[in-house]
Amino acid sequence: MTEVLLSLKGLTKAYPGVVANDSVSFDIGEGEVHALLGENGAGKSTLVKMIYGLVKPDSGEMTLRGKAFAPGEPRQARADGIAMVFQHFSLFDALNVAENIALGMENPPKLRDLAAKIREVSETYGLPLDPYRTVGDLSAGERQRVEIIRCLLQDPKLLIMDEPTSVLTPQEVDILFQTLEKLRAEGTSILYISHKLEEIRTLCDHATILRLGKNVGECVPAETSASEMAELMVGSALTPPERGDREFGAVALDISGLSVPSPSAFGTALRNVHLTVRRGEILGIGGVAGNGQDELLSVLSGETLTEADAVKLGKDPIGRLGPVARRALGVLAAPEERLGHAAAPDMSLTENAMLTGATREGLVKNGFLKWAAAKEFAERVIKEFDVRTPGPENAARSLSGGNLQKFVIGREVLQRPEVLVVNQPTWGVDASAAAAIRQSLLDLAAGGAAVICISQDLDELMEISDSFAALNEGRLSAPRPAAGLTVEEIGLMMGGAHGMEVAHV
Amino acid sequence: MDLSAINPVLLIASLMVAATPLLFAAIGELVVEKAGVLNLGVEGMMIIGAIAGFATAVETGSPLLGFVAAAGAGALLSVLFAILTQFAQANQVASGLSLTLFGLGLSALMGQSYVGVKPPQMEKLNIPVLSDLPVVGPILFGHDLMLYVAIALIAAVWAMIKFSRLGLVLRAVGENHDAAHALGYKVVRIRILAILFGGACAGLGGAYISLIRVPQWTEGMTAGIGWIALALVVFASWKPWRVLLGAYLFGGVTVVQLNLQAAGVAIPVEYLAMSPYLITILVLVILSADKSSAPAALGRNFHASR
Repeated sequence: MTEVLLSLKGLTKAYPGVVANDSVSFDIGEGEVHALLGENGAGKSTLVKMIYGLVKPDSGEMTLRGKAFAPGEPRQARADGIAMVFQHFSLFDALNVAENIALGMENPPKLRDLAAKIREVSETYGLPLDPYRTVGDLSAGERQRVEIIRCLLQDPKLLIMDEPTSVLTPQEVDILFQTLEKLRAEGTSILYISHKLEEIRTLCDHATILRLGKNVGECVPAETSASEMAELMVGSALTPPERGDREFGAVALDISGLSVPSPSAFGTALRNVHLTVRRGEILGIGGVAGNGQDELLSVLSGETLTEADAVKLGKDPIGRLGPVARRALGVLAAPEERLGHAAAPDMSLTENAMLTGATREGLVKNGFLKWAAAKEFAERVIKEFDVRTPGPENAARSLSGGNLQKFVIGREVLQRPEVLVVNQPTWGVDASAAAAIRQSLLDLAAGGAAVICISQDLDELMEISDSFAALNEGRLSAPRPAAGLTVEEIGLMMGGAHGMEVAHV
Repeated sequence: MDLSAINPVLLIASLMVAATPLLFAAIGELVVEKAGVLNLGVEGMMIIGAIAGFATAVETGSPLLGFVAAAGAGALLSVLFAILTQFAQANQVASGLSLTLFGLGLSALMGQSYVGVKPPQMEKLNIPVLSDLPVVGPILFGHDLMLYVAIALIAAVWAMIKFSRLGLVLRAVGENHDAAHALGYKVVRIRILAILFGGACAGLGGAYISLIRVPQWTEGMTAGIGWIALALVVFASWKPWRVLLGAYLFGGVTVVQLNLQAAGVAIPVEYLAMSPYLITILVLVILSADKSSAPAALGRNFHASR
């Protein structure tokens, strides 16, 4: 390794009830791509927030090129050459690209000069961008370009990237990696946060692995196998879900020629969507976030009504039926947003079980609620899906993301659906809980239900789905058998590189 | 009925006066809302400004000092709102409503000994030649200083939001406070400053009513102008020049209906009295087709730990 750029020694940060980082130490070399690897909740985000000056460490110290480094605010960190691309983009939808970039700079030039500079840098690194477009109209990949260019304009010494590929197609990932290679060649260090092991193996020189806030090991990714890293990350070996052989039955759900206008200014319109899913089949729907996933889910769940014939259950048109009527017929859905959409955050698990289970589980009689039965149902979900909570009387908000996700999925699975639609079933869930959720979807399909799984996690879709289709700008590609699909083919189904180009220099 | 008694030049001159309180209150609230804060206490801050300005002007004999005191009093009351919403994380709607009720009550108490008193008059601008021009003179050059201050404020806020760094940061805070915080901007500090500015402007608007428009002190004399200001900001799609347009429209209809009342038109007085509110809202609803321009974080509280 060359000279050390940034060195962390014994960084500790505790929040009430949880130690996010427990004396973490490691070094990042000049011109090194350093991976920070760990599961959700391992403390990666807290750690980089300390480097970027958003969070103050309780104890421990950092040195930057040998000098003490303790940024009190992001401004100071930026002045010292630290730049960060956030996981959830820190952009302003209603402002244009140039204004967004100006906000991230200390002394921005006049907007017109800045726009010219944005054009120049974006051309050089193969990330074309129109400085005057409103950010709310951009795709996820384009938004990320805005963030990256905002960082590059500051000539950073260390670029922090928090899960940058989770919103990109495989082709866009390739181009991003070439941009990062170019930056490394120019001497910029990169701290790369991810839980995608293959990416880290291709890109990174060195990796630090965090588990429950502690540094549990370092390795050279190119010389370590993915399963070894996964074991370090999770702490135990994982058993992949079992597929088993299944027979497909009759068509359970049939959508033909469905077009729905965008529900909001920054939403996506669905255009001429066709899909069928048979009993016992799992249809995986991939695609970059914001290409119509939420809209498709709401059409399937009945939140958005369509023409009656556009959505059919077997042979019966259900396009005009709302969510409750569809639930009665056995079409259930679990949306992506856990707090606020799939579950009411401040209501207890019993109440949340009542909310979707009332119809199918017979929890209502003559307009009166049967709380005892609802509690029993909630307890059944908790037991069968191993939801870690003291009991069903706890508020949904009090559960960790993974546990609430298990509850939300379990609640639908246990209602014996004919058709189950899930969006991002394992988003933000640790590996073992994710495996359990995937297994339950496979078991459900084995029992003869049709399952539609919308997800941005391609590995997940390849693991469980029988056929695969991708959403791109509101259009659904023709479904293909999942077995034998290559990453390139999937990427093209997802819309390819969305106009990105390889770096020119 | 004698409509010929209505003089169009005087009508335009007096509509500008009628619109000015609304202009002050609305431009202040516009800045507050651009920062993502919804302060429903405009009416309360106006009436506190009205009495504070009136009392100060009467005691010192200087209307200008009265306006300074009114701005201070409005800002002071808004500090209460700022503490409640920015530090105590109280609900903005409830805090704003209570601010209005508190302001109305407190002003009645403060104003008990000022009922029936005549305040010192504010000098009208008198520019030789210009003010004596026919038609143009009384409309453009024959007003008091504060009326021009209000118009200048509109222009200044417009330029600030559109061209300055400060305006960009203000909009950023109102659009997405989490992102602004992540970039290192002081969300709470910027919001507090915006709230104070809004309070001072509302105070000025109130004092304009009690010192120039009416001029005397009566309980509850703001008569809903604060609420109209709130509606005006929304229907003007958070654009300063549209606020000016809406305010002048409101002032215009107010003055016309007063004149019609005086001329004895055969429409019941109640209908005439409600017409400015109705017409202003109607026109602005039609104008505000582009609703997407609302600051995205409007009314949402910010806490750094979340």
